[in-house]
Amino acid sequence: MAAEAEEIRGIGHSVRRKEDDRFIRGAGNYIDDIHLPGMLHMAILRSPFAHAKLNSVDGSRAQALEGVIAVVTGELMAQHNLAWMPTLSGDTEAVLVTDKVRFQGQEVAAVIATDPYIAKDALELIDVDYEPLGVVISPQQAAAADAPLIRDEKEGQTDNHIYHWESGDKEATDAAFAQADKVVSLDTWYPRSHPAPLETCGCVADINPATGQATIYMTSQAPQLIRTVFALVAGLPEEKIRIVSPDIGGGFGNKVPVYPGYVIATAASLLLGHPVKWIEDRTENLISTGFARDFWMHGEMALKEDGTMTGLRVSLDADEGAFHADAQPSKLKVGLFHVVSGSYDLPAAHVTADGYYTNKAPGGVAYRCSFRVTEASFMIERLVQNAAYEIGMDPAEFRKKNFIEKDQFPYTSATGLTYDSGDYQAAMDLALEKVGYAQLRKEQAEAREQGRLIGIGLASFTEIVGAGPHKDYDILGIKMNDGAELRVHPTGKAHLKISSQTQGQGHETTFAQIVAEELGIQPEDIKVTHGDSDDTPYGLGTYASRSTPTVGAATAMVSRKLADKARKLAAHLLEVSEEDVELAKGRFTVKGAPDKAVTIQDVAFAAYTNFPDGMEAGLEGVAYYDPPNLTYPFGTYAVVVEVDADTGQWKVERVVAVDDCGVRINPMIVEGQIHGGLTEGFGIAAMEQITFDEEGNCIGANFLDYLLPTAWETPRFELGETVTPSPHHPIGAKGVGESATVGSPAAFVNAVIDALWPLGVRNIDMPLTSGKVWEAIQNAKAG
Amino acid sequence: MEITVKVNGADRTADVEPRMLLAHLIREEFALTGTHIGCDTTSCGACTVLLDGRPVKSCTVFGVQADGREVTTVEGLLRGGQLHPIQAAFKEEHGLQCGFCTPGMMLTGSALLEENPNPTDDEVRWAISGQICRCTGYMNIVKAIQAAGKAMSETSEDAAASVAS
Repeated sequence: MAAEAEEIRGIGHSVRRKEDDRFIRGAGNYIDDIHLPGMLHMAILRSPFAHAKLNSVDGSRAQALEGVIAVVTGELMAQHNLAWMPTLSGDTEAVLVTDKVRFQGQEVAAVIATDPYIAKDALELIDVDYEPLGVVISPQQAAAADAPLIRDEKEGQTDNHIYHWESGDKEATDAAFAQADKVVSLDTWYPRSHPAPLETCGCVADINPATGQATIYMTSQAPQLIRTVFALVAGLPEEKIRIVSPDIGGGFGNKVPVYPGYVIATAASLLLGHPVKWIEDRTENLISTGFARDFWMHGEMALKEDGTMTGLRVSLDADEGAFHADAQPSKLKVGLFHVVSGSYDLPAAHVTADGYYTNKAPGGVAYRCSFRVTEASFMIERLVQNAAYEIGMDPAEFRKKNFIEKDQFPYTSATGLTYDSGDYQAAMDLALEKVGYAQLRKEQAEAREQGRLIGIGLASFTEIVGAGPHKDYDILGIKMNDGAELRVHPTGKAHLKISSQTQGQGHETTFAQIVAEELGIQPEDIKVTHGDSDDTPYGLGTYASRSTPTVGAATAMVSRKLADKARKLAAHLLEVSEEDVELAKGRFTVKGAPDKAVTIQDVAFAAYTNFPDGMEAGLEGVAYYDPPNLTYPFGTYAVVVEVDADTGQWKVERVVAVDDCGVRINPMIVEGQIHGGLTEGFGIAAMEQITFDEEGNCIGANFLDYLLPTAWETPRFELGETVTPSPHHPIGAKGVGESATVGSPAAFVNAVIDALWPLGVRNIDMPLTSGKVWEAIQNAKAG
Repeated sequence: MEITVKVNGADRTADVEPRMLLAHLIREEFALTGTHIGCDTTSCGACTVLLDGRPVKSCTVFGVQADGREVTTVEGLLRGGQLHPIQAAFKEEHGLQCGFCTPGMMLTGSALLEENPNPTDDEVRWAISGQICRCTGYMNIVKAIQAAGKAMSETSEDAAASVAS
């Protein structure tokens, strides 16, 4: 009799990460670490102007520099029908400029050289004749009657307006406002920020001239989708394109789109017959690749005298940049912004959104957020706090009065979303208890008497992730369903291949734990492959916190398929009928005779060596998951700050974060995700902003100007959890990667506004720099 | 010009342009790709290595400035094939996610622990404040560096005890 079986480290175990073994040795394989024989290097010349007619590009002096192999211009790309490409939002985007530049930093020409230093030297030798045009840097300017037309090349485009989008019931909402005892409003600009992963974007394009096989190593969060996009853009046969995402140094949405640099490098490799490497520098990354936010929002809430919310109205103008290149589901022009009614039982809501072209970089990506949910969550949570004060209620009491209650789930929101599960009150209660809310309010009152400004800010967010059900969710027509493929080898070890791509989330560990839970194979015995489009099932990749909700589900499903077959094999080995076999933690036992057992390893071996007549050999399968619904993580964050009224500086004293993401697969990794999200949320609230001057010059073009939190500024976090499983997800998990970025900016801002409310400060737009806070205090004092 | 640098204990010679950055010398000439580059302005510290035992951002040092000096990169942290305590601690405490800042963080942490084996939370945060991590929120990096300090102290106490006995 074998010794007591070792505990299976499945769901709920803080398994140390398998991928760390290479990272801690400096043996990760990031894009810039890839070196191929005969590889050339590409550098891109970018426009110094935000809007300018391109009269000529002359690369002859650059071409003459020793070591320069080629100068690629828009004209050359146009000859190959590659000067323009489709965006993920169904618009078109210039790859290399042929007519005019539309934002500062736009790609004008590229140099291919034997050495990266030479390639950069050669950029200075390219002669370009620009003719500057009028510049548009905000949706307000874009909408002006006399605004310069940015997309003059688009047939039928006579102004800078891109789309109008609505959600909810306008009539019902108007009626709610007509009957309201009180209406509270808030105008706020969620400014442009940038995901700024520590590794910039880049690729190595390697097209074999003999076979036509294109292997493109790329910083991509979605290699399968990108392969299809490349097939459509370049007209290459899809089976001859292989996209490989190696280790990725952070993504946060920045590495979802297809950027011109990828296309130019691929075209250059095709034309030159050599591998071509392109690695962005930081300035290129910040000024030209996918930005985030840039929403100008107006919100109004209708209330009864007793504090009951009766209606919500939100309108917004989106600054989309020069091309509409948002990475989000096709049918949803502002993503999942319609979750803006948040955690509250609002009987009526109406949302309108208008998108505009401006002379700024394109590619609205969700910076650690599920398709514009961050903006929505910020709007409602800021509005709720202001409304509480306007109506004379404590913000926690006001939330409690209006929360969707636990027994109302599944809950259909006024904008038509079906929330799967939640217990908002429990999460808020825990956060209030952990932070010591009642005591803090007393201390705050005492401090105010001493002239000290303490602020307590709450945010009770509702996230919406896991896009999504095939009926409503697609990108360029491709349904957002994801796959997992699993083989158990004869020795009982396994290989799982998944369609999502980690950028630090720990997929090689977490997804192995799901298999471990289902089949009883230890996570370290399961190899997880991702990122190679030739060696993984189809799927749309990792962003919007969708890996666990979609691929996690597919992994559980394929494991269960294998378990079904394994049960048949076990019955064969145990010489009993299948109905009499039970599987638990990797052991198949006979009902009523628990000593009679075989292990998953025994069964796996039998699948190749001793299977019954009529059964196929092997133990492997594939599953694709079509989510029946999205999942809705939630939580309450409580932030305590002290503001120095003389300088406008504010210091975070406490951050309590209670998250409910359903079942936690690896608690250690979940907490790490929350820490990271809180830090990025803090950065957005306190310092991160991509700014432009009136001429469209990007001011936040490096890490000296685009500030990110270091260990010194970053607060310490206190975490808490409640667990409300998703009822439709196979393992009850909801996804957690972005909850903290979605929920926390409002908590930080609410805390500062809470401190300043008695002075008369009603709002400060992010980032809350000390200068802006000081100015708001001075303005309030001046009345 | 020809330079000789002691890299992770072994002399390496290279013929480089004077303008070549130390980061590129390490990555391209010495083929040690554990040193990463995250910005161009000495802001992010992903390229941090030890130059004569002190952390420097190798994107802001010319390769020729390292001539005749000693450079330690992440590849040089292993001791006799065994993980350095700081490597073990980063894994154990979940001090890394995407791994891009990790080599620089571990090197700065190891240099800090050489001087201060038992640093406070604030001391660790100050030591790594020239480096950016976008994933972890720093909490677990701080824990990992402190845990490594503790492990190193215990190891040296054990060694001292075994010598005494």
